[in-house]
Amino acid sequence: MDAPRNQSKLVRWIDHRLPIFSFMAHELNEYPTPRNLSYWWNFGSLAGFMLVVMIATGIFLAMQYTPHVDFAFDSVERIMRDVNWGWLMRYIHMNGASFFFIVTYIHIFRGLYYGSYKAPRELLWMLGVVILLLMMATAFMGYVLPWGQMSFWGATVITNLFSAIPIVGNDIVTWLWGGFAISNPTLNRFYSLHYLLPFLIVGVVVLHLVALHQHGSNNPLGIDRKGPQDSIPFHPYYTIKDMFGMGVFLIVYAAFIFFMPNALGDPANYIPANPLQTPPEIVPEWYFLPFYAILRSVPDIWLLVFTIPAKLAGVLCMFGSIGVLFVLPWLDTSPVRSSRFRPVYKWFFWLLVIDALVLGYVGAHRPEGFYVLMGRFGTVYYFVHFLILLPLLGKLERPRPLPISISAAVLKSPPAAPSGKMEPA
Amino acid sequence: MRAFALAAGLGVVLLAGPAAAPAQEAGAFPKQAWPFEGVFGAFDRASAQRGFQVYNEVCSNCHSLRLVAYGDLGPGGPGGGLGFSVDEVKAIAAAKQMPDTNDQGEATTRPALPADHFVPPFANEKAARAANNGGVPPDLSVIVKAREGGPDYIYGLLAGYKDPPADMKMGEGMNYNEVFPGHQIAMPPPLNDNSVTYADGTQATISQEAYDVVNFLAWAAEPTLEDRHRTGIKVILFLLAMTGILYAGKRRIWAAVH
Repeated sequence: MDAPRNQSKLVRWIDHRLPIFSFMAHELNEYPTPRNLSYWWNFGSLAGFMLVVMIATGIFLAMQYTPHVDFAFDSVERIMRDVNWGWLMRYIHMNGASFFFIVTYIHIFRGLYYGSYKAPRELLWMLGVVILLLMMATAFMGYVLPWGQMSFWGATVITNLFSAIPIVGNDIVTWLWGGFAISNPTLNRFYSLHYLLPFLIVGVVVLHLVALHQHGSNNPLGIDRKGPQDSIPFHPYYTIKDMFGMGVFLIVYAAFIFFMPNALGDPANYIPANPLQTPPEIVPEWYFLPFYAILRSVPDIWLLVFTIPAKLAGVLCMFGSIGVLFVLPWLDTSPVRSSRFRPVYKWFFWLLVIDALVLGYVGAHRPEGFYVLMGRFGTVYYFVHFLILLPLLGKLERPRPLPISISAAVLKSPPAAPSGKMEPA
Repeated sequence: MRAFALAAGLGVVLLAGPAAAPAQEAGAFPKQAWPFEGVFGAFDRASAQRGFQVYNEVCSNCHSLRLVAYGDLGPGGPGGGLGFSVDEVKAIAAAKQMPDTNDQGEATTRPALPADHFVPPFANEKAARAANNGGVPPDLSVIVKAREGGPDYIYGLLAGYKDPPADMKMGEGMNYNEVFPGHQIAMPPPLNDNSVTYADGTQATISQEAYDVVNFLAWAAEPTLEDRHRTGIKVILFLLAMTGILYAGKRRIWAAVH
């Protein structure tokens, strides 16, 4: 590792013992990045930014919040009314959950479109799926903390999922609750875990970045960097591009925080939790709706000799919908990464996007009539995409010819190069 | 456990009758123009103060407002209060009797102070149920945020009492309301023409009273709303400028690469 240039004696002294300066120089200044990253590549750093925002605002909220069933709701309202700038901290945090998921979902779909999960980035991708799972757990438990009606009944629905496990299910649910109903011990442990999990996410994000920096970013062409002409240093090119993107993102985020802070939430969560009154409809936050739709769409599944009850089948499918992402690098058999050169996969990618939106729409409605049909179709299609279409496409699709290098493809006056040669990615 | 939750849920649904039955659509209620909505939205304090009078003289007989303190109405309140002076706030509070204990530890009452939260109409939930045909009138502190449709729904509900259609069978003690989900509501029509006498001479029609009390309840639900709007405008303007500068920087830095 080269020591940074223009260093003072002190910097050199420190760096010799603790190489943080050369580390930063290596990972930021020298870190070679493909020169052709589009704005879709902004969402990774945006997700990291949102993680920091959530932890920062969360720490301040925790100073004022009371994790007790009798006081939780009122302590949140006290933050809104009597704590200086408390309303701002809470609305940043509350809408932050939604925006964290927005940028993360875009980040994931970008990976799907450009094949960012393919060799040698399989572990990078799988660590990302772990982050998604941790995020979901954190968001779910955070939503319980204000102890509104949707907090309580959402927690009821989700914890009851574990009762679908044969034989020991009910015992597991009692163990999760810390009692025979959702009550104060449940709220206490959710608060404790809600504070813990974000720091686990930070840990996995560090691993995610280590894996990323091993081979560097994928890029819109999906081909490897072949030499220095294909790369530019991360700083200043992508630091400034990420900061500009962050400015645009912050404008949208701020519009929600200041002018429609409750637009993404359910009004029922401003009703204090009442274990004796089930709300007419129990709906999770929008970012869980597609998974909720899958959960509620699955009927009893008849195998030859026995039946998987609908509830267990629904739970299995819901977790399976994330599970398939874990093995995605091996389900997609195509050697070509980017959809730009995969004329057929490109269409199926957009169908998957539509499928996710349809499932989200279904998840917001009672499972009745047409919604049941739509939900079942959407669920089946989701798994067909990953388990059948992707393995087959890799074999059947004829990819377009890949450019010979990134610089050849993106520079206005490319170095003379033969085109039309197909190269394995 | 599930059986218990189900039974409890079912029991509540049966007890509460048609009012709580799920899947009943709320009636249509028109969108109103509220002064606190929009980017520059601010409370109409004259209307909200009249609305406080409506709450104080009518609604507060059954509905608590437990998250709001009397002092919140005055200049020291969150978001600068509702425009009442310190002396007015003291007088408003002093007119209420607050349960307390004396130095001998005996239960007693005293005039409320600005630091006290609004005195609830009933001592406890059982008293509320006993006085209201078995139901508990909901607390109104955040009611505007706790209902789909917000202020439009509350306004529509308060002004939505009608005679039931001839073919509709009403439950005992139930009232027909165009806007309430299922159209049968336990709350009797709370507002009449001239339910209150406004000091500023405003004609106290049902719709005027409903409009005023919704303005008051919207303030009660989020007294810091004006701070939020004002801060938001500054933040967005700053972000627009900052993003513009960052864009210029991005163009300049990338000029050599393209």
